[in-house]
Amino acid sequence: MTRTANSRIKARLEEVLASGQKGLIAYITAGDPDLKTTVELAVAMAEAGTDVLELGVPFSDPVADGPTIQAASQRALAGGTTVQGIIEAVQAIRSRSDVPLVLMTYYNPVLQYGPAKFAAGLARAGGDGLIVPDLPPEESDELLKALDKNGLDLIPLVTPNTPPGRLQMIAARARGFIYCVSVTGVTGERENILTDLSAMTGAVRQYSELPVAVGFGISGPEQAVKVARHCDAVVVGSALVNIVSRRAGSAGLVNEVCEKVKELKQALAGPEVN
Amino acid sequence: MTLALPDDRGYYGRFGGKFVPETLMPALEELIEAYEQVSKDSAFQEEYRYYLANYVGRPSPLYFARGLTESLGGASIYLKREDLNHTGAHKINNTIGQVLLARRMGKKRIIAETGAGQHGVATATVAAMFGLECAVYMGEEDIKRQSLNVFRMKLLGAEVVPVASGSKTLKDAMNEAMRDWVTNIATSYYLIGSVAGPHPYPMIVRDFQRVIGDEARRQILEQAGRLPDCVVACVGGGSNAMGMFYPFIGDREVRLVGVEAAGHGLETGLHAATLSKGKPGVLHGSLSYLLQDGDGQVVPVHSISAGLDYPGVGPEHSYLKESGRAEYVSATDREALDAFKLLCRTEGIIPALESAHALAAAVRLARELPGENVIIVNLSGRGDKDVHTVAAEMGVSLND
Repeated sequence: MTRTANSRIKARLEEVLASGQKGLIAYITAGDPDLKTTVELAVAMAEAGTDVLELGVPFSDPVADGPTIQAASQRALAGGTTVQGIIEAVQAIRSRSDVPLVLMTYYNPVLQYGPAKFAAGLARAGGDGLIVPDLPPEESDELLKALDKNGLDLIPLVTPNTPPGRLQMIAARARGFIYCVSVTGVTGERENILTDLSAMTGAVRQYSELPVAVGFGISGPEQAVKVARHCDAVVVGSALVNIVSRRAGSAGLVNEVCEKVKELKQALAGPEVN
Repeated sequence: MTLALPDDRGYYGRFGGKFVPETLMPALEELIEAYEQVSKDSAFQEEYRYYLANYVGRPSPLYFARGLTESLGGASIYLKREDLNHTGAHKINNTIGQVLLARRMGKKRIIAETGAGQHGVATATVAAMFGLECAVYMGEEDIKRQSLNVFRMKLLGAEVVPVASGSKTLKDAMNEAMRDWVTNIATSYYLIGSVAGPHPYPMIVRDFQRVIGDEARRQILEQAGRLPDCVVACVGGGSNAMGMFYPFIGDREVRLVGVEAAGHGLETGLHAATLSKGKPGVLHGSLSYLLQDGDGQVVPVHSISAGLDYPGVGPEHSYLKESGRAEYVSATDREALDAFKLLCRTEGIIPALESAHALAAAVRLARELPGENVIIVNLSGRGDKDVHTVAAEMGVSLND
């Protein structure tokens, strides 16, 4: 756990909390519609108030994702997006912004690139961590070691059906923050979140002092505020990816995404989040 | 050697494991526990055997294919007649076992993926028998080429859910089935049809399919008075092959030959020969050989047979390959079609195109081996479902 003390992600989220706000973790798929746009978007989103930026590495078979991110992944792959290209994009973003930056990737692209090489490359580029939705703690020893060695966080997911025993095991290996999945299901915008978030994040806090984020299904400011009352940060993904999809190729793309980010951040900075 | 695998982490050597979203981990633990209980429960095993005997029609015959053997003039070929099972393929051995397990676990809804539709039909069949709700995910591409099986599933009361993502074939159907399972984890049982997926599925499916090899081993000793020199089976995900191979693993003198789909040819890139041309990677919950590009993206595959049109393979096959205990060869679309026609003419049996791949490799082996050699081919399914595909290949229209 020693290296978590140096986590840029954790430090940023704690700083936000200390100012009485809740954190905004914003997701877009890297390479959708192309990596040049991804870099522009990322830098602008950071300026618009994103506290932690999450970049999705597209994968051909994203089993944890709903239709929105599936389609974004296919667009990115069709455009020739590669792992190497994404690491270079991270470097380009880092040269212009100090926003904490996390990659969300399925395990196979990391495995083929080589976990050690991936960790070293991402660290050199200025990345801060990884979220790997199909890599439970039972399988993550090799990657965790490689990331620890390079000062990067492996951020775990917990779900509404994670029993206390697993929660404890997951928390013990967690770095950066703990990502609570709001529903048993895949990513995507949802009208309502029925999970008892207060019980869920409360249980997580019994085992960990890391910031606790909630994601999956959160799209608008009102929903973000409701969710934020029970956690330290909210993750918004599909709602932003839908804008990228709708506005791809148009001059207004970056602006429209940033308007949404500002709207969300403003809501999370208000008094009703606490 | 292999009989003690998988280990307690679900690994066969360096292959296998549980690479799934966290939501599924408690469900896999629950399944491991439930399966461990029924493995030791004689009432469960008796119930399973009861349905195999009285519903599926087991044991399936081991038939000496005299006409085929004489036409080739080499080793003797015996056919394990899984095509004679209820629903027309080996798939039902597994669906019977797993549906009984699902009932024990109190699940009311069954999810399945299907490629050729044989596993979908076998799942819809047992769901109908036990009055369970059933959703079968099937790629749009496969729905087009297997309309007969789609209609059979609907007759049996299953909902066939078309999958339009990715390559619109078996792998995408499996992605979508996993998404359904993640979403409906509390009520639904995911009935995987191959020795693929996360632990414990490769083990469960193998155990429910090993009846093929257990019977064949006993039958060949009775009929030929000796063990075979080779057993041959086709490999997509690899369930019929695993079921056939497993009881022979300890018989070191028996060659185990898996036959993958070479499609238009291994050199064309249009094939589904995962063990021949792939490298280890993670797809659908396990680490195993995988057809992928240098960036770890799963690549499109091709086979004339929808049941072999899959870029992955069960982890135990990867282990058998690397340990050298089994050998994996391939047969092209053309070779499979030739073997399909040969069996029709020499034996009066119309085989599934999947099984025709095993036959094609057996034909090559029989010609190479001396007459006293014995080959068992797993005839995993019957070919009624494939007559439209074969007719199209022969330039015959069936719609006039």
